[in-house]
Amino acid sequence: MLKERSIGSRIFDGANITFLLLLTFTCVLPIWYTLCVSLSAKSAVAAGRVSLWPVEFTIVSYQQILGDRHFGNAFLTSVQRVLLGTAVSMVCIALCAYPLSKSRKEFPARNVLMWILIFCMLFNGGLIPWFMTMRNLRMMNNIWGLVLSNSLPMFNVILMMNFFRNLPKEMEEAAIVDGAGAFYIFWRIWLPVSIPVLATVTLFMAVYHWNEFFNGLVLTSKTENYPLQTYIQQLVVNIDTTTMTEDQFRRLSLMSNQTLNAAKLFVAMVPVLLLYPFLQKYFIHGITIGSVKE
Amino acid sequence: MRNKSFIRTYSLMVIPGFVWLALFSIVPMFGIVMAFQNYNPGLGFFRSPWVGLDNFRYMFSLSDSWSIMYNTVFIATGKVILNLVFPLIFALLLNELRSNRMKRTVQTVTYMPYFLSWVILAGILIDILGYNGPINMIRASFGLPKTMIFGNARTFPWLLILSDVWKTFGFNAIIYLAALTGINPNLYEAAAIDGAGRWSRLLHITLPGIMITVMMLMTLGLGNVLNAGFDQVFNMYNKLVYSTGDIIDTWVYRTGLISLKFSLASTVGLLKSVVGFVLVALGYTLADRFAGYRIF
Repeated sequence: MLKERSIGSRIFDGANITFLLLLTFTCVLPIWYTLCVSLSAKSAVAAGRVSLWPVEFTIVSYQQILGDRHFGNAFLTSVQRVLLGTAVSMVCIALCAYPLSKSRKEFPARNVLMWILIFCMLFNGGLIPWFMTMRNLRMMNNIWGLVLSNSLPMFNVILMMNFFRNLPKEMEEAAIVDGAGAFYIFWRIWLPVSIPVLATVTLFMAVYHWNEFFNGLVLTSKTENYPLQTYIQQLVVNIDTTTMTEDQFRRLSLMSNQTLNAAKLFVAMVPVLLLYPFLQKYFIHGITIGSVKE
Repeated sequence: MRNKSFIRTYSLMVIPGFVWLALFSIVPMFGIVMAFQNYNPGLGFFRSPWVGLDNFRYMFSLSDSWSIMYNTVFIATGKVILNLVFPLIFALLLNELRSNRMKRTVQTVTYMPYFLSWVILAGILIDILGYNGPINMIRASFGLPKTMIFGNARTFPWLLILSDVWKTFGFNAIIYLAALTGINPNLYEAAAIDGAGRWSRLLHITLPGIMITVMMLMTLGLGNVLNAGFDQVFNMYNKLVYSTGDIIDTWVYRTGLISLKFSLASTVGLLKSVVGFVLVALGYTLADRFAGYRIF
């Protein structure tokens, strides 16, 4: 890096570092605050005495969550959905992205398929027709409606396709000379060198399935079957008493308190926060290589 | 001969994805006939009466439609512009940091909110900006009155726009930072030897170097001016702010799935899909023309 010694330049550096650190703190503080609220006594939170450190430290909220059968159910539903949904979409995405990364000469149907994909990405029938279709396909009130909700997101297909395309073609030519078939080349040569993009897309899909609440809301009619985000959305965030059933209202009045809600929000964040550092390593690489083409 | 077996394998490979696409994306497209019917779930698509363009006429006669369209375009345009400008400034400032470790730390932390859902973030924001939350406590300690930040219809669109910028700026900066690393470092060395200061290096090397990326994102942003962000609005709005915060997507949800007016909701949804399609296609065309960007 170039050396700058002028005073103006140093002042700028100081101001810049301060500003960026403040910005960084705005991303961490809300999460930290939530954790502090969840670990404080109810009365301290209600009195507004909690700021950046727990007041009258207690883990009673977390104990309450452990004993809450509905929260446990919702958590397990979400875990199941993440595992199945990510697996299904990784299979769909990778198997589509590979042939589509070939030239038209190698795979004549490529451009037609590409146009169909692009059309489906740009145009959709809207919420109501989609809902009717899901109902007709028997996707209501079961895990499959959630698992299959977004198995072929175009952004991820394109990301992976561009990554595959940027790999050296010589690898394939050499493998063909050695007598390898198309699937063998995909499975044993292409996938092992595509770890960054596979990790990135896996991260995107797992986070999508973990975070998605809307399908859980419209495809599930029983509160017991809600995935975690829908459960939190209904009972913590969106407290709209006019559309609430008596059962929900009763349960809400039993547990509506800020510390418990904060604990629920925090527990729902934990898996994402845990997943994050592991994929860090590949993430930027996977996303920047895939977003450009040769 | 080998070529043929390769093509057969490729064709088998795309089957799972395209079966999914047919069932969950193409089949629902036929449901748009509801917009031209007085759809009755008891009669189904085939026996519900056809009404031509009546639903469209009815839609334009509702004052709701105009206000949700205005809100959608206002919120979405605000997001498009600020999500372009703020991450750019952030990336440029980050690029001026001398310590690489600090650069990485700041970057890693700032794109974390992107991975948290609006359900969680809305829950946190409602807490922090709530009547007894820390922001109001700080206001109170300065002698200012407490306010219901989430109930103020005048400022609500800005609350949506700014919280969206906060959630996504770290992530949106990635593409700028990638473009910045693509600039040849020799240019900076040469300019420094010629006596160019930091400011003139920024103006004459850095900005021209990433101009093409800015152009690309600008044109692609065009496709988003009807996307005000359902998840965010749905989790943050309430009856007090419907006048400025209700957008097309939330209105369609409430009209269709809560009030069960299927045909009206499908009509508005169809209109949004068609206009959105044109805008995105236009955005891609312009991105190709001016920035040489193609998605495939």
